[in-house]
Amino acid sequence: MLIERKWKKWFTFYLPMAAFILFTLFPFYWMAVTALRPDHELYRTWRQASATPFWTLDPTLEHFKGLLATTAFPHWLWNTMLIAIVSTIISLICGMFAGYALARLKFRGSEFLGTAIFITYLVPQTLLFIPLADIIRDMHLGNTPWALMLTYPTFLIPFCTWLLMGYFKTIPKELEECARIDGATRFGAMVRIIFPVAVPGILSAGIFAFTLSWNEFIYALIFMSSAELKTVPVGVVSELIRGDIFFWGQLMAGALLGSIPVALVYSFFVEYYVTGLTGSVKG
Amino acid sequence: MATVTIRSLNKNYENAFHAVKDVSLEIRDKEFMVLVGPSGCGKTTTLRMVAGLEEITSGEILIGTRVINDLPPMDRDIAMVFQNYALYPHKSVYQNMAFGLQMRKYPKDEIEKRVREAAEVLGIESLLERKPRQLSGGQRQRVAVGRAIVRHPQVFLFDEPLSNLDAMLRVQMRVELKRLHERLETTAIYVTHDQVEAMTLGDRVVVMKDGWVQQVGEPLELYGKPANRFVAGFIGSPAMNFVEVAISDLAGTLWADAAGLRLKVPLQLAERVRAHAGKRLTLGVRPEALHPATGADPAECCFDTAVDVVEPLGNEILINFRAGGAPMVARIDPAVRVKAHQTIRLALDPERVHFFDEKSGAAI
Repeated sequence: MLIERKWKKWFTFYLPMAAFILFTLFPFYWMAVTALRPDHELYRTWRQASATPFWTLDPTLEHFKGLLATTAFPHWLWNTMLIAIVSTIISLICGMFAGYALARLKFRGSEFLGTAIFITYLVPQTLLFIPLADIIRDMHLGNTPWALMLTYPTFLIPFCTWLLMGYFKTIPKELEECARIDGATRFGAMVRIIFPVAVPGILSAGIFAFTLSWNEFIYALIFMSSAELKTVPVGVVSELIRGDIFFWGQLMAGALLGSIPVALVYSFFVEYYVTGLTGSVKG
Repeated sequence: MATVTIRSLNKNYENAFHAVKDVSLEIRDKEFMVLVGPSGCGKTTTLRMVAGLEEITSGEILIGTRVINDLPPMDRDIAMVFQNYALYPHKSVYQNMAFGLQMRKYPKDEIEKRVREAAEVLGIESLLERKPRQLSGGQRQRVAVGRAIVRHPQVFLFDEPLSNLDAMLRVQMRVELKRLHERLETTAIYVTHDQVEAMTLGDRVVVMKDGWVQQVGEPLELYGKPANRFVAGFIGSPAMNFVEVAISDLAGTLWADAAGLRLKVPLQLAERVRAHAGKRLTLGVRPEALHPATGADPAECCFDTAVDVVEPLGNEILINFRAGGAPMVARIDPAVRVKAHQTIRLALDPERVHFFDEKSGAAI
């Protein structure tokens, strides 16, 4: 009986779990190995006797050095960071107020508005970039960080609003009723009670928003043209693939360095992030 | 001085649900008024309108002499305890209790003094630095009450504050609340669906149903002289027994008849019941107004019945039986030996019989 159960656990839990971890982590491993591989290992054929596709015998940091010295990578990193942080902050602030209003205030058309906001989130960026490009040009924002800081919120705000609306709904409304009896205005109750209680939700919305803007590609590709002003995803792809030559080592080094900040953000807030998504407030 | 006056209060929701219908109440200074009724009877809505959390459709609410209809909750000088306690989860017990005073810009030492005082009254001094999630249900309840009393408001509002507690704790907190009210002497409005809570806590009790006030009165008044069949059935446990009877006038003596049951209408009721001679009424009798017949009981108040189920509770025995086509319960002395299916002769106390109109349910 006991043995049978153990086997069961192996088959239903450990094995699928191991497969899943392997599946998700392999690309990262591949990225890391490729970034550390010297050029002579990168550009040999698979049939060569000395080929070791899954590891390297001769790790080197030359790709990282090359990336930092010959390309504008530090600039890209800085741009991406700045743009992601600013657009996340803008979206969070708008999303908090909008989410609160949709979750709590009963006004004419509030439900329609909620759905409408969700629908805007569903419009693909690949369609939206055309009119947006027109607007960016008219406002003379092209090729400035503002072009991205102001366009990213177009998809981040609906996203934050929806996530936060859901979270605010899980907070018992007696909390703010009590605060209002205690002497707070509606706005005061929102800022002093609801927002602090919603910190897990706000953080997870923030992490999501940050990641989305960090990884964003289309707008960054279209609105930014000079090499200095590019973001990491666009910079790496456009500067390290020249014609049909792929600088695999530097590409992977760039991708690796580019994914570190996001990974750090996640691991710092992972606990909040989980409660933020599952939404639990105990009075 | 804080009386609460409610005049012709109505609440219509947008979906046309009429939750509170023409409620008028006069709550005296320092009185503990309990609103009781089944769920959906409008008691909580009424309380929330007093608190300012629900808009008033029509009517007026006054605290003292001041009309508070359009005042925001913060300006009404009230404090409320919620069913789920509504403690601020990110604040410590101390901060929870201090919040209302901070919002009103009290000096720091005054806040400290008041919070310590309230904590002492409630026996939660040792919990002041804890967060709500580290507290048990009873402790949270105390903090919620503490948060209300630090403000020294004119009126306390309680919205089913004990219903999330387990039975033992509920009884204990009930007593504490009563003691607290005697000590603080603040006008209080208390909403509950539990009639025992209503009877034990209330100076006066308002029974509500479907948005209407059924009866307002002191607990024993409601118990002894229910205004209608609903109040009679709602107050008291086990509930009052009801039997449909036909009233007949035989040579000046009024008789109430049901299948297998024939009782003389007691003299003190004869006057009022006479008008209904030849019609049907509902007879109501409380379980404790029934007892095994002895020789001293007049025959016209006795009837025979077969015992269905016996519930020996220790301090009393409940016997379930059928009489006049209706299930009934009698609460009798535990010394009496009764077995199921045994035939027993029961007498009812003629002083404690009620008659209700069959249609309207109004007491006769």
